[in-house]
Amino acid sequence: MQKITLSVNGTPRAIEAEPDMPLLWALRDLMGLTGTKYGCGIASCGACTVHLDGTPVRSCSITVGLIKNSRITTIEGLSAKAGLAIQQAWIEKQVPQCGYCQSGQIMSATTLLANNANPTDADIDNAMSGNLCRCGTYPRIRAAIHLAAASLREHPTGKGAAETPAKTGSGR
Amino acid sequence: MSTIPRRDFMKLAGTLTLGFSLPGLAISRIANLSQLPLDQVGLSPYIQIAKDGIVTLICPRPDMGQGASQAMPMLIAEELEVRMEDIIVKFSDGQSQFGGQGAGGSSSVRSKYQSLRQVGATAREMLKQAAANKWNCAVADCKAENGKIINKTNDAILSYGALVDEAAKLTPPKDVKLKTPKEFKLIGKSLPRLDVPTRVNGSAVFGLDVQVPGMLYAVVQHSPMIHGKIKSIDDAAALAIPGVRKVVRTERLLPYKKLEAVAVIADNTWAAIQGRKALKVEWENGDNAKTSTTAYFQNLRELVKKDGFTMTDAKGDVESGLKTSVKTLEAVYETPFTAHAPLEPENSTAYVQGDKVEIWAPVQGPDNLISYVVQKYGYKKENVKVNTQLLGGSFGRKSYYDYALEAVDLSKQMNAPVKVTWTREDDLSQGPFRPGMLSAMRGGIDANGIVQAFEHKIVGAFLGWQIFKADPTKSTSWSEGINQEDSPYAIPNRAQKFVLAETEIPVLWWRSVYASTNLFGHECFIDELARAAKQDPMAFRLKMLAGEPRFAAVLQLLKEKSGYGQPLPAGHAMGIAMSRSFKSICAYAVTVSKRGKGVKIEKVVGVIDVGVAINPDNVKAQTEGNVVMGLSAALKNAITFEDGQSQQSNYHQFNIFRINETPKIAIHVMPSEADPGGAGEPGLPPVAPALCNAIFNLTGKRIRKLPFDLENVG
Repeated sequence: MQKITLSVNGTPRAIEAEPDMPLLWALRDLMGLTGTKYGCGIASCGACTVHLDGTPVRSCSITVGLIKNSRITTIEGLSAKAGLAIQQAWIEKQVPQCGYCQSGQIMSATTLLANNANPTDADIDNAMSGNLCRCGTYPRIRAAIHLAAASLREHPTGKGAAETPAKTGSGR
Repeated sequence: MSTIPRRDFMKLAGTLTLGFSLPGLAISRIANLSQLPLDQVGLSPYIQIAKDGIVTLICPRPDMGQGASQAMPMLIAEELEVRMEDIIVKFSDGQSQFGGQGAGGSSSVRSKYQSLRQVGATAREMLKQAAANKWNCAVADCKAENGKIINKTNDAILSYGALVDEAAKLTPPKDVKLKTPKEFKLIGKSLPRLDVPTRVNGSAVFGLDVQVPGMLYAVVQHSPMIHGKIKSIDDAAALAIPGVRKVVRTERLLPYKKLEAVAVIADNTWAAIQGRKALKVEWENGDNAKTSTTAYFQNLRELVKKDGFTMTDAKGDVESGLKTSVKTLEAVYETPFTAHAPLEPENSTAYVQGDKVEIWAPVQGPDNLISYVVQKYGYKKENVKVNTQLLGGSFGRKSYYDYALEAVDLSKQMNAPVKVTWTREDDLSQGPFRPGMLSAMRGGIDANGIVQAFEHKIVGAFLGWQIFKADPTKSTSWSEGINQEDSPYAIPNRAQKFVLAETEIPVLWWRSVYASTNLFGHECFIDELARAAKQDPMAFRLKMLAGEPRFAAVLQLLKEKSGYGQPLPAGHAMGIAMSRSFKSICAYAVTVSKRGKGVKIEKVVGVIDVGVAINPDNVKAQTEGNVVMGLSAALKNAITFEDGQSQQSNYHQFNIFRINETPKIAIHVMPSEADPGGAGEPGLPPVAPALCNAIFNLTGKRIRKLPFDLENVG
């Protein structure tokens, strides 16, 4: 076991873990951040997507020993303008069915919008094809990304949908 | 007994973060009617009203994404006159006061449409009576609205919270009048599902997210081969993995068989997974060393020759109908074994303390899980508590409780709370799976192009046979979607038949069950007959459905919405299919275009008639999802077995549709006031036949075996 400190959602988190433990299990089992999901363990489904210094990575396939000083953002810590606009659009379009994959979908979509203010369907398909949804919410994911992009373009300073934080329930 | 936060409560309201311990709100049951038999109308265990007015409604079916957690409380709320944003929803706990609690067969809404509305209406009337007593006025002068009773004569108002004690003393009225669909305020509106916000910010708690203080983590080494037995265990390397606590023998309990297994218990999931990787178990393979899906299908092709069991809804005589036909056709259609593969794999957390068991699990039926715990481990029913968790997808899989029972056994052995996690590899290697099936079709048309004979013979596994030793000849479940009631094409000589094939490959119901396989052959063959009769498949169907207005209306709306029959761009074609399953009718028009040697799916237009749609947008969402899942089942990997082992281990070998493969989908929900049918499954069966009929119309190639390669249709 090693003492490892990770920067998660802006907070330093000290854990004791084997350095080969994937970030996914450190987040879920050691830090209680269960919004990041396990789906396959081989970077094939995208349910475990988090941001590492703003870039989406599959947390099942990156070990805690390699992360060093990189900033980790999980669904619980999503606060960037694009992220909030995405969450709001997801609610508006009623995207989730079971919702299990949606943390990963939202993390991928957030990066897409941060880099591309006006994505086409093809851009969306390209950016989102690493995230599986067994419920088949893909048509609504496309629609929600377009909606979030429009709202960000309309309110670039953070008004409108982008300004309204996603409503939080008390699921836990 | 445990200090876990009461996560089974969901505040179905947007911004409020309500505390964990709702029982602290001193919720008083309106009336103590728990002794009433299930579904007795009346104030019931389904409604709890706190003195501060908070209304808690019990949802008696788990939510796996199908939206039961909105639709079922909405049935109560409609009559109780409370707003959805003012209620709290709690899942039932499997105890018998809530009756059958299994979500399956698209039954949640349709089985409770009357009774849950009666529950709400009865409570409303009691609250009105309580107010009338307080005001010393007539009940007729009281009206219920937004959680309050209003005195119509003087506008005085009392909240439900202020009336709950008085109401609890009253005798529930009988025969309360329910609203007509025209009076609905909630039902039929596409209200946002209020738990969606928790499903976009990581706060929704699925089974796999449960954390119980002091919990240990387990993964289980199952036999890679069907029904393998343990020859030897070498756990030295596993125990050397940091974080691994113990390696113990355990068992996987199928409803019909006990299988040997070995569990690695650790301080976290990763250590358990690593421990299992290091574990050396030798297996004795027994009778299934040669079991393969290839051999299974070869056997089915032999069994096709058998006459089989004929369902009682047969009409006329198929043989004589074939004799009077001028053209006869025969075809055999094949659908593969496939997996449910919900994104959340099977998992469960249990804590056994003495003679008491508490379980936190994503299961389709908490009551069924309790029955299994009682039956397999001998605990008393009242000592088994199930905290039903959100299911991260299921599609039938989590109505099989093997994984949940593993946690019970391991908690007992470890004397601690234990969470069992199945990896994706467990999910895809162990099953159970949708079985491979054949549809053997025969038909004949006369000189006027009228179908004179039609026979649909199903050949394959019978789920009830393997799981419960049930007799297929005493069941009609295998005829879902193709029996006379579901497929009312007017044909004078017609029969539905079944030939049983046995298999040791574990099988289970999969979204839309037999309809998911039956309709492929059924609806493709209707197109084959239409082509043989030189008729348009839409007109051909409409003619045979002339006496069936609901079916005809679905096709007419599909025609209108899809532009069926209008000219398409060069290299494009459209195909249709329809089905009725779980009491709802769905039809699709699929447009395809040529792309090299293959085909591109341009668009899927659908119409679904579920009767009253409690939430039309959710019906639409379920149907969109069914299109995607139906396309995956038609086009992506099957589950195959060789040498007794599944050949697919993870999503790289068991592909499911990705967003870049998903066509444009437009679903239209038929307005209706008829009693509700199912919504979660009926959208799946017609997907594959509509696609294959479109491909035939484009290429002239008739596809009779799924899955097939869209890139190379030939």
